This record gives sequence, structure tokens and C-alpha cells, in this order.
Amino acid sequence: MSGAAIHAAIHAIVMPKWGMAMDQGTVTAWLAAEGSSVATGQEIVEIESAKAAAAVEAKVAGVLRRVAEVGAVLPVGGLVGVIAESGASDQAVADYIAAHKDEIAATGAEQGPVPRLIEVGGRRLNCLDVGAGGEAVLLVHGFGGDLRGWGLVHDLLAGALRVVAFDLPGHGGSDPELGEGTPAALAALVPELATALGLKRVHLVGHSLGGAVAIAAAAAAGPGLIASLTLIASAGLGAEIDGGYIAGFLAAKRRRDLKEVVERLFADPAFVTGAMIEDILRMRRMDGVDEALRRLAARCFPDGRQAEFGLRAAFLGLPQPSQVIWGADDRIIPAAHVAGLAKATVLAGAGHMVQIERADEVARLILELARS
Amino acid sequence: MARILSMRQALSEAFIQAMEADPTVIMMGEDIAGGQGAAGERDAWGGDLGITKGLIGRFGEERVLDTPISETAFIGAAVGAATAGLRPIVELMFVDFIGVCFDQLLNQAAKFRYMFGGKTMTPLVVRTQYGAGFRAGAQHSQSLYSLFAHIPGLKCVIPSSAYDAKGLMIAAVRDDDPVVFFEHKVMYDSIRDEVPERPYAIPFGEANVVREGDDVTIVAIGRMVHLAREAAVALAREGIECELIDPRTISPLDEDTILDSVRRTGRLVVVDEDYPRCGMAADIAALAAEKAFPSLKGPIMKVTPPHTPVPFAPALEDLYLPNPERIAAAVRKTLT
Repeated sequence: MSGAAIHAAIHAIVMPKWGMAMDQGTVTAWLAAEGSSVATGQEIVEIESAKAAAAVEAKVAGVLRRVAEVGAVLPVGGLVGVIAESGASDQAVADYIAAHKDEIAATGAEQGPVPRLIEVGGRRLNCLDVGAGGEAVLLVHGFGGDLRGWGLVHDLLAGALRVVAFDLPGHGGSDPELGEGTPAALAALVPELATALGLKRVHLVGHSLGGAVAIAAAAAAGPGLIASLTLIASAGLGAEIDGGYIAGFLAAKRRRDLKEVVERLFADPAFVTGAMIEDILRMRRMDGVDEALRRLAARCFPDGRQAEFGLRAAFLGLPQPSQVIWGADDRIIPAAHVAGLAKATVLAGAGHMVQIERADEVARLILELARS
Repeated sequence: MARILSMRQALSEAFIQAMEADPTVIMMGEDIAGGQGAAGERDAWGGDLGITKGLIGRFGEERVLDTPISETAFIGAAVGAATAGLRPIVELMFVDFIGVCFDQLLNQAAKFRYMFGGKTMTPLVVRTQYGAGFRAGAQHSQSLYSLFAHIPGLKCVIPSSAYDAKGLMIAAVRDDDPVVFFEHKVMYDSIRDEVPERPYAIPFGEANVVREGDDVTIVAIGRMVHLAREAAVALAREGIECELIDPRTISPLDEDTILDSVRRTGRLVVVDEDYPRCGMAADIAALAAEKAFPSLKGPIMKVTPPHTPVPFAPALEDLYLPNPERIAAAVRKTLT
């Protein structure tokens, strides 16, 4: 939730949490001097976790007071330093540090590594890029989702390979200009994004509508760029889809209505949190997003069916190694669409959001294929 | 991606994006352009607390207008400009000054669409500062939003976060009816949270569920949301889980979100900084008593100031305002 304490003139810099698996981090360098004035957005301290290293930026302007020494290992939420706004006395700062030095901030869930905007084909796409090298896993989310939906999968893969997730246009933090709104049009973003990020060999992973985009991208770009393809509860492999879900998602304006719709994505509705619903509502309030989602739905899922783009035939003709993963209890796109496909894994007890419901299994299957 | 802005910065960004998107959006108010017309004083203030600073440099004297110190005249002028095709954002410095321009809002702006059979719109935003805790005395510290919520035809917006402030302000400017937008004096810099850079609008009449819980529903307005959150955090340590609802707009009021929650928890506390008589706390309590009576398991509690002017003595002003301890005590009372 948003909000801050009233009269918060002293701000804690705490050990960030970069993904679900991180529980501690090391202070590797201070990038701003003790007692110096720092500006909002200025990089102030470098932190290293088991899987990533990055600089932490100042969220507010003020005077920096370092608390942790270089080399210190702190738990997530531990106090790294403070930024005192003008008006805070030295005594108040000292008291604050004394009071909070050994406690772990309850909100230790600072997000990082932070997604950034990449210019692709005249619009900005929000990308989360972890790791280095020309070979990477590229994750494409589904209709109405965004890169945060990969959550733990991103994290689990990041230890092994460079992992890039991005928000489709009209979704998450990307610009709302959708373009034509067909899988093929969206697929054109993949090679452009690969060029922008210096990716030479891409293991493409698509969920739901993102799967249809991935098939189109693999067919268009060929095995030179797309080395393997993993489809999760993918669109494009059959005609059926729960049109009621798409219509309900677009129509739901209130938190409660949206929650009821989103629960259909999961075998176990307990996965749906208030924060997840708030994130979706925030995305949908952005100018242009509602229009983009409606156009996308009209193009890809007209009249409660999947539009025919010839993607199943395209998929069957792909030369790259590929696989399909599905949740047996998927209520959005039926798992029966795996019939006749060579390499398919259907996971019991999972719904449409297999990558959240069975993240470990999904990450393992993606890696296996990438390494084969 | 994640940008933390203060409520001041969020509002400023909303003004800029609204004015860039629509050339009919203008701003008016006392000192908002900061000595316009007086040599050497341009943009000296940006309004009494500097919320509109920088706008005259960006949008010029034709769109950012200093007004004489006469609310009677310039609020009326803004109402007229709204009916004639502009979208004015006019600043009534403190809501306490409403007395000299109430006719313009209550009997003119609020009635035009109705009286003229829908043929006239009044897309006006009145920004105004409210609230105690600023050591500003009885004539500059009132909340008074209940007065506006009382009048059909006026929309009444009270943001509690920087995120809400930006999205509600953009929605207010786009709205075709008169909107009164309440900004708490002590929240401009102390409230900071994540605000997207791109424009977005938060629909009116959609409450925010700030915190979920099954034991007691707390409805809190404006700055009181933050005090109620503190109380809810403290109560959670005792095992009492409060659901905290911020209506965001009190007219229109999201009755469904409040009633759904009360029907589930069976208990309601309303926290309101405005005077208690004929106020929102009484209104929301009556709503629950009328429409969720069979679900209630305990007394509905109101946490408000006493029915007195806001004291000037700091110790008394602090005592006057609701605080987390009083809110927590009220919550416990619904449980006994």
C-alpha cells in the first residue's frame, strides 16, 4: 500500500529485497560520501546479493548518514543508512539510528533489480533484465498481466541464465500504444527488443496470449535468434477460451468484482492477494490502457473464441526445440489443447497461472529445455 | 520505475499533465502566479504554500492567473468561465473562506446542469486547503467538507496519498461537473508514496481498501487515514484485524465497499476530522445502521473532534484532533 508516516523527516535506507529468494545482502561500496547532500534518484550505495549486484538510489533528497560499513552483511530490511531532510536535527538523526539500527524494517520488500524503460520501435517498453551475456530467457506475459506475474520464475532462472521479462504495450509500465494488436504485430517487438538489449540467442517463454506472441516470434525470427520455445497455458493452439473471463476482466471496475474474476485464473484462489488486485487496478487507470486492452481482446478473442491466426500449424512446423506446459485445472484455456503435441507437461492441481502456482516446476522445465 | 513523490509533487505533476493535455484548462487564485504584473515578483509564491510554483513559467499569464483578494469575485468568475467553455482550476486558499463565495458554488455551479435540463456543464475544480495541526487558528484550520457533501451537484474529493492526489486531480479536471478538491495543509510534504509518471485517473465513488481485515471496519477520511492505519497496525499486534477503508470521494460515496465490509466484520468505526454535528461520520454511521443493521455485532463508534472551533493553543489543538490511541480505543469498544 501507498502512504508514509506523517512528519517523516528522516528516511531509512534498508537492505532491499531483490526477488523472493533474497534474504540478505552485502554492502559492497558507498557511492556517496558521509554527510553529503544526495538528490532523489542518486545512486548512493552498492549492494550485492547471491544473484545480483546493483546500486540503491535515494528515494528522497537530503543529507546521507551511513550506518553499515562496506563488507557488512545485513538481513533484508536491515538499516543500511539514513537520509535526513533539511530540518532534522543531528540529535534526531542519532536517536533515529540508535532506535532502528538493530531492527529489521517490516517493509523490507523493496523491489529490485528495478525494471527500466527501453526504447523499442518508437515506444518505451518496461523491462526487467537480470544477469549478463548474449544468451537469455525472454518471458512474455499474457492478456492483462505484466512482468511481475513471472515473480518467482524470474528469480529461480536468474541464478542460471540472463533473464529478461518485459511488459507488452498497454500493460504494466510500458507505453499504451498497442499498434495492430495481433500476435504477429506484437511478435515484431521480440527481435527489436533483442537487438536493443544485445541478445543473440533467446529462449522464448510465453504465457497465455504471450504464448501466441512467442509462436509468431519464433516463426518469424527463426532458429538463429530463437533457440527454444516454452509455451505455458498458451493461446494460439485451439479455439476455446473462457470468453466470460475476458469480458469480466474488462468490465470489472471495483476491487471486489475484479477479485472474483482474477480468482478464476488459479486453481487455489488463495493466490489472489489484495496487492495483486490493486496492481491491476492501478495499471487499468493509466491513460490509454483500457482502450488498448479492449482492442487487444477484440482482435485476439472476439465473440468468446480465439481468433484463428494459423499459430498451431506454425508451432508444429517450428524447427526449434519446444515444449508446452499446462495446468490440469485451467479454467481459461483448456489443457486439452496439448492433445497431439510432442512434448507437453500437464501439472495436476494448477490453474491458468502455472508459473505462479508451480513456479519451481516451470522454472526447472524452462532450464531443461534451454540447456538441451 | 518506482518513483516516490510527495503529495505536493504529485499535485504539481497532475496540473502540468492536465494543462498540457487540454488548452482549456486554466488556473486561478490568490498569489498562485506569485505577483503577476508586479515587476520582479513573478512566481514569488506559487500560492500560499507553493503548490502551483513554476506553472506560470511553463504556461504563461494567459493560463495562470493571479486574482484579487476577493473570493466573491474570482470564484464567481471561475464558475462563469466553466460554463463558457474553459476548465478552470481555481484555488480557494483555505476552505474557511467559503462563506464569502458560497452562493457561487451552492446555488449557481451546483444547479446549472439541473436547472438548464442538462444543456450546460460546469467543469470547474475548486482546490482548497483544509485541516488542523498547522497551528493556524480557528479561522484557518477547519475541515468543512461535510458542507459541500451536503449539496447535490457538487462532487467532493479528499485524497490521502500522493498516488490518489494525482489520479483524483486528473479525474477532477476531466469531470464535467463542479468538483471541490480538499488538500490537507500538513500532508503536502509528509505524505510520500509511489506515483506513476504517466497520466492516470481514479474514478470518483471508488473507495480504497487500505488494509484488509475481518474483525472491525474503520472508515477514515483524508489525513485520518494515516492515523487510523497507525491504530490498525497497533491493534494487529493484539490480534485485532481492522479493515481500513478510505472513501477518497465523499460525494459520490462508495456505499457498497463500506457496506460489504461492515456486513462481513459486523463492526464499524468512522474517523473524521470535520465537526461531528451533521458530518460525514454521522452520515456513514447512519448508512451502516440503516442498511447493514442485521450484521452489526456492536455499537457504531465515531472518532471526531469535539463540537468546538479548532483551538489555537498547541496543546489544545493536539488534544482536539483524533489520534491513533483514540481510534484504537473506539475499535476496542465495538468489540466489547
